Amino acid sequence: MLTSIKNYIQSLFLWELMKGLHLTGKHLFSRNITVQYPEEKTPQSHRFRGLHALRRYPNGEERCIACKLCEAVCPAVAITIESEQRADGSRRTTRYDIDLSKCIFCGFCEESCPVDSIVETRIFEYHGEKRSDLIMTKQRLLEVGDLAEKQIAEDRERDAMYR
Amino acid sequence: MLELLRHYFILPVTMFLFPAVVQPYAALTLETVLKIVAILVPLLLTVAILPYFERKIIGFMQDRIGPNRVGLFGLRLWGFGQPFADAVKLFIKEIITPSGASRVLFYMAPILSVAPSLAAWAVIPFDDVMVLSNINAGLLYILALTSLAVYGIIIAGWASNSKYAFLGAMRSAAQIVSYEIAMGFALVGVLIAAGSLNLGSIVAAQSGNFLHWFWLPLLPLLGVYFISGVAETNRAPFDVAEGESEIVAGFHVEYGGIAFSLFFMAEYANMILVSVLVSTLFFGGWLSPLQGLLPAQVFTVPLLGKMLGGGVHWLLVKTSFFLFLFIWFRATFPRYRYDQIMRLGWKVFIPITIVWLVVTSVLVVLKVPPWFD
Repeated sequence: MLTSIKNYIQSLFLWELMKGLHLTGKHLFSRNITVQYPEEKTPQSHRFRGLHALRRYPNGEERCIACKLCEAVCPAVAITIESEQRADGSRRTTRYDIDLSKCIFCGFCEESCPVDSIVETRIFEYHGEKRSDLIMTKQRLLEVGDLAEKQIAEDRERDAMYR
Repeated sequence: MLELLRHYFILPVTMFLFPAVVQPYAALTLETVLKIVAILVPLLLTVAILPYFERKIIGFMQDRIGPNRVGLFGLRLWGFGQPFADAVKLFIKEIITPSGASRVLFYMAPILSVAPSLAAWAVIPFDDVMVLSNINAGLLYILALTSLAVYGIIIAGWASNSKYAFLGAMRSAAQIVSYEIAMGFALVGVLIAAGSLNLGSIVAAQSGNFLHWFWLPLLPLLGVYFISGVAETNRAPFDVAEGESEIVAGFHVEYGGIAFSLFFMAEYANMILVSVLVSTLFFGGWLSPLQGLLPAQVFTVPLLGKMLGGGVHWLLVKTSFFLFLFIWFRATFPRYRYDQIMRLGWKVFIPITIVWLVVTSVLVVLKVPPWFD
């Protein structure tokens, strides 16, 4: 009985509405949490899965041995590999394409690689202007790898005890 | 200043252009047209930049920044160029007329929405002498014009030849008509308290100090009028007709380009009109809240006295406050369900207004100080 009187008075005098207004009024003057991209960036994990790269050994030799484990494990069938014996007798790829429009950036290729050749870097700010720009050929992947090797090595170092 | 304008501009122009017989009428017409322009240009500018402030304020209330990139003249200006960019975008878009739509009605509906909200400004007193048209039935005129707004919506919904639009229009029209009655009764309360339909007289009846304004004796009517105003303009939380997530854009779903921008303008112009009316009818219009609190000599001080005394700037301050309330309501409250809106309009507001009319009448007859003696 008393609660129903209280409810009636509260609804007549808009008590709950005032409480709602007070809440938004408080937030009017509280700090905004907007991150003003591109001047400010959100923090990024060292395990962030971005653009792919093919790594090299410190002596310059490319790591990939064309075992095709990444092609087999890729859930989106984004990787295409053709391999041939190189002049010096080693097993290398002639074609290593990742179709970024198919890739789901899951990181399985990186997990499956036995020589840590294919990795995902932290680069996410790239674009393509034609459809063909989104097909990462071996050449381009190696270039990305050379560009970002320092950060790749640091990130793998940080994660080494969990892998 | 009006005398200077008459002497140096209006009279020479009419003497040059018109024969002597029609000169007085031409002079009066020209003067009235200039006054209309002087009211409409700031009003339309306000209608243009009000959405910008709304987006910024709602953004801040939601812990985010509103638009802050689109500036003017090469400067970022905290996004102040956003409404102008939006306006240009809307103006250069094509107006697609739906097939089977009645062409005349389709184009007429947005105009019918905007025109009454602009025309109602003719009777609003900005100062003790600054009013475009000082008719003795000002309040009745305003009531009539705000009721015309329904036509634009119904015609828009019907002429769009679309089920969404039609349903949205029917819902919106029913909502507006329901809250018309509560609004009308609230205005009748003001009429009883002031004893006149002339808006200038209503403002004059509230002079004294800020406790003499009608918000105190007519407090429930103020609440009913303001909330009905929010419902009339289809603003949140009563925006079921244009509930963006439900019925897409309601009655104006088939409109694009300038026609849509006219509906948009009509909503914001109605918002500003309701705010100005609440300020005039319940909060003393252009009267200063310091009147009656400070000794009369303060108001004769050259610059400060003019600022502290009554004037159009106080009307603007009060109107801005009520516009801020509109925006605050939109940011805070979830949308009412349609049956809740109907219940509120008919079963809550009308009884409150009727009861308070009786109370007001008793107060007036008994000449209760400090308001009615």
